[in-house]
Amino acid sequence: MANVSLRGVEKSYGAFKIVRQMDLEIHDGEFLVLVGPSGCGKSTTLRMIAGLEDINQGQILIDDQLVNGVAAKNRDIAMVFQNYALYPHMDVFQNMAFGLELRKFPKEEIKSRVEQAADILALGDLLKRKPKELSGGQRQRVALGRAIVRQPKVFLFDEPLSNLDAQLRVQMRAEISRLHAQLKTTMVYVTHDQVEAMTMGTRIVVMKGGDVQQVGAPLELYTRPANRFVAGFIGTPQMNFLDASIEGGTDAPVLVAEALQLPLQGAMAAAISGLKDKRCTLGIRPSDLHVVGTPGAGPITFEAGIDMVEILGAVQVVHIRLGGQTMRAELPIRVACKPGETISLAAEPDAFHIFDATSGVAIA
Amino acid sequence: MIIRLLSRTAFYLILAVGLFYILFPFYWMIVNSLKPSAELFATPLSYWPRQLTLDNYRAVLADGSFVRSIFNSFVVAGGATILSLALSSMAAYALARYRFAGKQATLYIILGMSTFPQIAVLGGLFTLARALGIYNTYWALILSYMIFTLPFCVWVLTSFIKEIPDTLDEAATIDGASAWQILWKVIIPLAGPGLVATGLLSFINAWNEFLFALTLTADNQARTVPVAVALFSGQSEHELPWGKITAASTVVTVPVVLLALMFQKRIVEGLTSGAVKG
Ligand SMILES: Nc1ncnc2c1ncn2[C@@H]1O[C@H](COP(=O)(O)OP(=O)(O)OP(=O)(O)O)[C@@H](O)[C@H]1O
Ligand SMILES: [Mg+2]
Repeated sequence: MANVSLRGVEKSYGAFKIVRQMDLEIHDGEFLVLVGPSGCGKSTTLRMIAGLEDINQGQILIDDQLVNGVAAKNRDIAMVFQNYALYPHMDVFQNMAFGLELRKFPKEEIKSRVEQAADILALGDLLKRKPKELSGGQRQRVALGRAIVRQPKVFLFDEPLSNLDAQLRVQMRAEISRLHAQLKTTMVYVTHDQVEAMTMGTRIVVMKGGDVQQVGAPLELYTRPANRFVAGFIGTPQMNFLDASIEGGTDAPVLVAEALQLPLQGAMAAAISGLKDKRCTLGIRPSDLHVVGTPGAGPITFEAGIDMVEILGAVQVVHIRLGGQTMRAELPIRVACKPGETISLAAEPDAFHIFDATSGVAIA
Repeated sequence: MIIRLLSRTAFYLILAVGLFYILFPFYWMIVNSLKPSAELFATPLSYWPRQLTLDNYRAVLADGSFVRSIFNSFVVAGGATILSLALSSMAAYALARYRFAGKQATLYIILGMSTFPQIAVLGGLFTLARALGIYNTYWALILSYMIFTLPFCVWVLTSFIKEIPDTLDEAATIDGASAWQILWKVIIPLAGPGLVATGLLSFINAWNEFLFALTLTADNQARTVPVAVALFSGQSEHELPWGKITAASTVVTVPVVLLALMFQKRIVEGLTSGAVKG
């Protein structure tokens, strides 16, 4: 049980900065997810917390103790790797017991801890098997078991589910969440899968190119993304982005993107008045678009041409064209949509997100 | 059709000639060791023994100094092998895992060491052995043999260890293992086939070595089998005791050949594959 703090942490290889000025407070008992595209520095951040990678600048504290100079094995953390990293020459029991044996735990204690972990993870019948005699899901459970027998202060996970097939991934996702609820230990979890991040995290850290983009609860990131990158990264299908220009006077500005017109009032109007070049990016989630006249449809209406329809089951994703720009709308399956036809869509004014056209920072 | 038949025949003919050329010396050694000495020099040569006898073997095994030389060979070849494996597994681990200045250079210097002709280092070794006071002892031979066993072991084991995923090292680090414990409890068990292969080949090389053994020993105290056999003398200086020589050679070759055959699969495995898959 412990909190973890990163203060101004930096990591570079040569002249290339992998992680820049990272500040992060991970609370005791929290399930924190680091998410971002490939190469953004998630693994590096996790490995710096683990002590597998030293840091060039800043401080890392675990349980309020500075651990910059503390070796990985003395940080009292456990880590689960993407490729499981089970010892091929040891059976399941030995794999889980290894860390305890190295730490000179008494035999009975080791046995009871391993058996307890095997119980939690339903590995009881597999204790005598070698890793190569296990399925992917079973291997991942052994790797989890190896971490929990240690009863560490912090668990670190580096994309533990990405080698599993889709079905197993959903199952293991629930299993790890259940484990967290049961153990209540601080967990830091790296993934590039935003669905994993949304469903598992107490809080999510979105990273890009070595920088933290936003930190917040899953719903907070979804409803109030701090910038265009986060808005596009969280949520499927992806948020639509439209280039818009600002027209009308400063007292009653209107955002215009092709046939779509969004009059702004009050705080929103004030917020965009600072924009110099009269341009911004408008964002709206596909699920916030509705057919005119149906429940939820708002006062902002526009007509669009249908390009393509993807049927997912209960809903369909309709690719539409608005002037020269494309969007996607998630509509109920009963709405008749044919490529080539036009459709009238509507949205609430506050479903729209407005971003600075150049920096991508959210304005409102 | 005819061309195919011809090329097939040619293929097997070449194969037969090749095999014959390779195997005949062994056959000849064994056959001669079983002939009574009278038949050895009889003309015409008998390619198939008319009479089998174990007299030569009795004579050889009754020869105390030959038996001693077998013991010497075991100590020297075994010592060189064990020392090489111990040192090279540590060196290979460092070369495979750590980044340090001059790593490539180190690797190529090690490789270069094993390319010198033996005769080139012989004089230096002799002087060194005298200076260190180890001339005519096991140490003179063990240390000299490591000139060729060590580079070989280091190279093969380095590539072997590189095949072992380094997340295993990281997992062990987090489990609380020191570098020593990682080497001893994770890497060495997984590099087992590589250790067996390199160890065996080192042993065979050291076991058969002649030139260093001849130069660095003076008598029975450390003299190994190849030299002992070469120095067998007959009744007069004009007579070579071929019967004894072939019997002695057979005695010392057969165990090595058996060993190689027994571990043949491990050797091939060890030299060709990393053999560790997630
Ligand atoms: N040893 C290294 N030397 C040089 N660059 C490195 C090294 N290790 C990682 N990098 C670089 O650091 C960056 C971040 O790597 P990191 O592994 O943290 O990414 P990641 O966010 O975990 O990505 P992924 O989702 O692909 O695992 C990458 O651009 C990578 O190329
Ligand atoms: Mg990664």
